[in-house]
Order: sequence, then C-alpha cells, then structure tokens
Amino acid sequence: MSLAKRSAHTNWPDRIHAVFKRHGIRQVGYVPDHGLTRLIELCCQDNEIIDVVLTTEAEGPALALGATLGGERAALMMQSSGVGNCLNAFSLLRNCAVPCVILVTMRGEFNDFNPWQVPMGQITEPTLKLAGFQTYRVEQEADVEPMVESACSMAFGGGNMQIAILLSQRMVDRSHQGH
Amino acid sequence: MDRRKFVARLLADRRGMMVITGIGSATYDVAACGDHSLNFYLWSAMGSTAMVGLGLALARPDRRVAVITGDGDMLMGLGSLATIGVKQPKNLTVIVLDNGHYSASGMQLSHTSSGIDLAGAAKACKLRVEAVSTMDRVDELRALLHPARCSFTRASMPTTRNASSRAATAAASSSGSCRRRGSRLRM
Repeated sequence: MSLAKRSAHTNWPDRIHAVFKRHGIRQVGYVPDHGLTRLIELCCQDNEIIDVVLTTEAEGPALALGATLGGERAALMMQSSGVGNCLNAFSLLRNCAVPCVILVTMRGEFNDFNPWQVPMGQITEPTLKLAGFQTYRVEQEADVEPMVESACSMAFGGGNMQIAILLSQRMVDRSHQGH
Repeated sequence: MDRRKFVARLLADRRGMMVITGIGSATYDVAACGDHSLNFYLWSAMGSTAMVGLGLALARPDRRVAVITGDGDMLMGLGSLATIGVKQPKNLTVIVLDNGHYSASGMQLSHTSSGIDLAGAAKACKLRVEAVSTMDRVDELRALLHPARCSFTRASMPTTRNASSRAATAAASSSGSCRRRGSRLRM
C-alpha cells in the first residue's frame, strides 16, 4: 500500500518520524515488521536519518552504542518477539549508559492470529523492565506523539535512559494471516 | 603469528583511528599496545563488536574505525557481516584474530577449527577479501587500514588446546609456531 493510501487510515508513523526529527535521531536500526512498515519507509526516505536493516534485533543495541560513541542519537524498532533476541545485548546500553529509544510493536496479545507469538508477547514488557528499561504502553493513536516525545526527552535530555515504547496490538491489525 | 606483535604493528602510527575491541583476548592484545583515548574495550555482549564498529563508523565518517576481535565473537555475530555488507561504510575495518578457539574460556574449539571459513562468509556478504598469510604483510595491511578504505582482516592464530589462553598465546609467540593464515576483506 502506498504512503498516500496509508495516510488515509492512520498517521502515527508520521508523528513518530516527526518526533525523531525534532530530537535529532540520526541512526535507526530495525528488523522489518508489518506494523512498522510505514515508519521504516519514512526513515529510509529521510536523507538525515541513516537506516540500518538488521539481521537480528540483537544487533540493535550494539549499533546504538556505536552511534552514541560517535556522538549521534539512535532509535531502534522491532516487534515484541525481537526483544527476546536482544537480552544480553541490552547490557551494553546499561553498562555504558547509552540513551536509547526502542519502539516495540506488540504481538501475541489482542486478537493475534498467531498463537506462537503469545509466549514472548506476554513477557515483553516485564523483560524490558528487568533489562533496565522504562516502559510505556501506547494503546491509541492520540497518545503516540506525546509518549514518544517524552521518551526521547527522557533518553536524550540528559538522563541517558533506555526507554521502550510498546505500541499496542490494538493499533496494528494482526487478526489474520499475512501480517 | 604473534598476535600481540601483529596487533601492535597494525596499530602503529594509528593517529585518529578509533578502535573497538571484542570481549576476550583481542581486548588484551589492543590494551597491550598501550591504552589510548580512542580505544573502546567491550567486555560483554559477545557477538556485538562489529555492530558497535558499524554504528561508530556511520556516526563518524570523518574517522577511521577498526574493530579488533576474535573468531568466537565474530561467529556469534555472523549476521552483522551481512548488515555491514549492506551499508558498506568506507571507513570501517573489521579485524578478526582467528585462533580457532575460545581462548578466554579455556581454549575450547571454535567452529573455525572445523574449517568454517569466516573470510568466505565475509566475502559472501559483499566484503572485499585479501588474504594475508605471514607477518611480513602486516605493514601492507596497515597501509591499507589507515587511509580511507574499508576492510575486514582475518588472521588465524591457533594455539595449544590445553593451555590457558594467556599461556598459550605466550607459547605461540615465543615458539613462532603459529599458523600464519589470514584474510583481508575490503568493502
């Protein structure tokens, strides 16, 4: 679906992209996910953002550390299943106080067609908390912009925190196969 | 090949080059050259070193970035070769000191001891390869490393299996019995 057609349905990816821009995020690492399609497109089309497609989400925290060492801000985007792939790598962010915002599109919760997503989806948020993240859930589109804005302020505003925004499955239709 | 001497020769006259080291013996090798404000020693998250180098190289295209790590770390982050191959940063060099063992954990065999070819994997990930088999080519490697060219170096440095990592490294260094096998991959 083209960007124009998508925008008729929702524009939360545009809002997140705008927040990224306002906060000077220069590197975005991601593993492709249906729910992130448009945001990924926006980042890839943005000449001021370096998009890095990863083979596994576990590469993301290392990318963010490298970006930070080089004086740039980084954000990561992944599906909830990818959080599980990152656990040991998250120690890089904690040990080095790397400011980082992670957008997590949730699976395995509301009306997911795929039961195999449920085990990781059920433990995504507590896992992130155990790994040292501040976590915030977004259930509706109206909350996206202020939540991501706050997350970026907390991460990059001097706190050097790791913030995860969990985008509820209610915001992304997963009720049938093909997603 | 004496890994300490290899790394020291490689980093000689490094100027503004930034160096990321992987967990394990590679960190000792770089630290043994003398600490440097542009060194960053990773000591956790095995498999992450090349990706830290990528993030840094993308953030600082004005600087040379060298990742120096071991075969175990590279094997755990094999996918990162593909990620680096996609981005093709011209200022990044990944150097793998391949001794075929997990030397920091007791010299257990790594996959490369069974013939798994890291250089071949890197080549398949669109990295340019240049084999280096003797210490004689270290100066040539350094010349390629320091100007603005991207590369991946693999140097194989097997040691005796039953010795501790440091002892094994020392023994290999003193006897000069290391296999000299390496590859250089430039992007």
